[in-house]
Amino acid sequence: MTALPRLSATLLLASSLAGAQPPSLPNGLGTAPTLPSFTPLTASTPPAPEPRWAVSGFVEWRSGLRLHNDPLQKRQSINEGRLSLAIDKPFELGATSFGSRLAGDLLIDSVDDRSTVALQNGSGPFDLREAWLGFSPLTMMDVKIGRQPLTWGSGDLVFINDLFSKDWNSFFSGRDTEYLKAPSDAVKTALFLDNVNLDLVWLPEFDADRYIDGHRISYYDPASGAAAGRASAFTALQPNGQEWALRAYNTVAGVEIAGYGYRGYWKSPASFDPDAGLPSFGRLQVIGASLRGSVAGGIGNLELGYYDSRDDRDGSDPLHPNSQTRLLLGFEHELADQLTAGWQLYVERTEHYRSYAAGLASGQAAVAEYRTLLTNRLTYQSHNQTVSWSLFSFYSPSDEDFYLRPNVSWKVDDQLRLEAGLNLFGGRQASSFFGQFEDASNGYITARVSF
Amino acid sequence: MAKSKGISCALASLLATVTLSFPAFASAPQELSVEQIVHRANYTSYYQGKSGRAQVSMTITDSQQRVRQRELTILRLDASDSDNPDDGSYQSDQKFYIYFKRPADVNKMVFLVWKHLASDDDRWLYLPDMDLVKRIAASDQRTSFVGSDYFYEDVSGRSLAADHHELTSSDGDYYVLNNTPLAAEEVEFGRYEIYVHKKTFIPVQTTYFDKQGEPYRVATVLAVSDIEGYPTVTSAKMQDLRSGSTTVMTYSSVDYNVELDDELFTERYLRRPPRAQLR
Repeated sequence: MTALPRLSATLLLASSLAGAQPPSLPNGLGTAPTLPSFTPLTASTPPAPEPRWAVSGFVEWRSGLRLHNDPLQKRQSINEGRLSLAIDKPFELGATSFGSRLAGDLLIDSVDDRSTVALQNGSGPFDLREAWLGFSPLTMMDVKIGRQPLTWGSGDLVFINDLFSKDWNSFFSGRDTEYLKAPSDAVKTALFLDNVNLDLVWLPEFDADRYIDGHRISYYDPASGAAAGRASAFTALQPNGQEWALRAYNTVAGVEIAGYGYRGYWKSPASFDPDAGLPSFGRLQVIGASLRGSVAGGIGNLELGYYDSRDDRDGSDPLHPNSQTRLLLGFEHELADQLTAGWQLYVERTEHYRSYAAGLASGQAAVAEYRTLLTNRLTYQSHNQTVSWSLFSFYSPSDEDFYLRPNVSWKVDDQLRLEAGLNLFGGRQASSFFGQFEDASNGYITARVSF
Repeated sequence: MAKSKGISCALASLLATVTLSFPAFASAPQELSVEQIVHRANYTSYYQGKSGRAQVSMTITDSQQRVRQRELTILRLDASDSDNPDDGSYQSDQKFYIYFKRPADVNKMVFLVWKHLASDDDRWLYLPDMDLVKRIAASDQRTSFVGSDYFYEDVSGRSLAADHHELTSSDGDYYVLNNTPLAAEEVEFGRYEIYVHKKTFIPVQTTYFDKQGEPYRVATVLAVSDIEGYPTVTSAKMQDLRSGSTTVMTYSSVDYNVELDDELFTERYLRRPPRAQLR
């Protein structure tokens, strides 16, 4: 018994009656425990003062190799050292409380060795992750201004109504999943009303995905009908416009219901500008909805979205993607102790498919009218939750391609985490969504020290 | 043998308080039924006050003396306004807001639980680096809570209806309760035994026995303080006798009947942690 015996007389007596030695535990019966120490009438410990600054972050080394030879790329898929630092500074100004955060990564990467810092696409030795100010001008309103991660929607690594930028290069190269979310430069206003909550996000400048551009991962170039890599890396034509995203949501009897709207551009360059001779971003408007709640001992979700391709509404312009209807159904549950499984079915219907097919150049591969995708996530935790084994699988029956993400991560102690994983792509055709990345299949190892 | 409702114990008094003044009980403790004892211990461990707040520090020490630390803040709000342990009205759905501070890799993560008596809990996890609100599937309650030797069920309470209880002794300072699961196939233990302190109803020691009758898991209260008129567990430990691992939990900045708005337990405050309440 380590507790100091500040006992009252009664308790002392009681404690001596109960036996002062630690309880031994014979079969069948536990002995009576020693009374714990009582410290009568003490007030609770006063709270520790809030630190004026809080600095946190990690140092990481991550290295990976390609599993296939890609003549268009370096042998290594990733080889980077990263120092991630974040400073949180809450403060008061008049009667208003502010939160603020500044977070950025310094990195050295021998695979993508561009030396110019580009804040939007994240290339170069510095990646500004967050720089925002948050406050509540009204009791029912929160505002967050600046560079911030933004996420909503119900899918697991499948996005319909979340049109905030993603970093596909990070995701496919084996960086931590948190890097799938590229930061957005935005003003987010959240209103909390009696029957509905509203989020309105305004991005004064269009924030594209950190899309596959050939610098790190080769892609299928439909124009040449072949793979393109470092030598033909491109920068798409950036539209001069803004983005608006809206979400209205509420939780009714444990079910999360949401409606979404978006006005902006396709997030990865799926259009082509013949004048500039460059890939570009067509105008896009999305309307959608989602449901998420407990069902059959697990979590079920349903999400829908209509992608209105505003530059090609009748589907006849081969320079722009057609409109699409997207549907996602998901279910996640615990299969066994410490083992969870998630399942998703995703369907993407290309609208005006006949017009689309008619506009294809001869020999050009067509997308399926109904592109289907199945995903599965398995997560198992062992060794008192210090080791996590996971496998995320994408398989498309319509495209006959796949993407597998096995990963094992070990928290050696409270600071050090070691990790190893694979990104495996494959498919029947070199033009399909995952099939085109077959040569980018890679394995990686990581050591991260957090502080 | 009164077949009463069950009690879990262990992480006694996560934000719970004990009313020291139970006049009826103090004068004639021997007259309490098993059901009353069980209810009072359950109330003491999980339901005291309309709401509560505590800073929790966990130290997990494995058999090789490797140490891991967890630091978190827990806010609790009961649906019931009743603080009466004797008529069952204290029992209600509860909401928990759990804000992680340490270790560094989980800093600022938030775990939100809407605990339901009649159905599976609703749970969400907020990951700040992605601004992601993830809904978590209901899981076995008897699995480790944040990698410690405590189970979810130790933290949030075991259903009173899950076990059969009998009073095996009321000598000395304790009521000794033997508890047998009604659905034995759903749990890893064969039975558990609780020493409930007669004065405060704090379950001072709980020992879990496997189906062969061997003890393998012991929860012990190490220190109790009187906070705002309620005796409160301020230090407790859980030993896993098989693995040799031990978790010690200490509570500081404990406060009861804190002003906590129901809205605090919603998505808004996952994305924007309520600093004033977490202090």
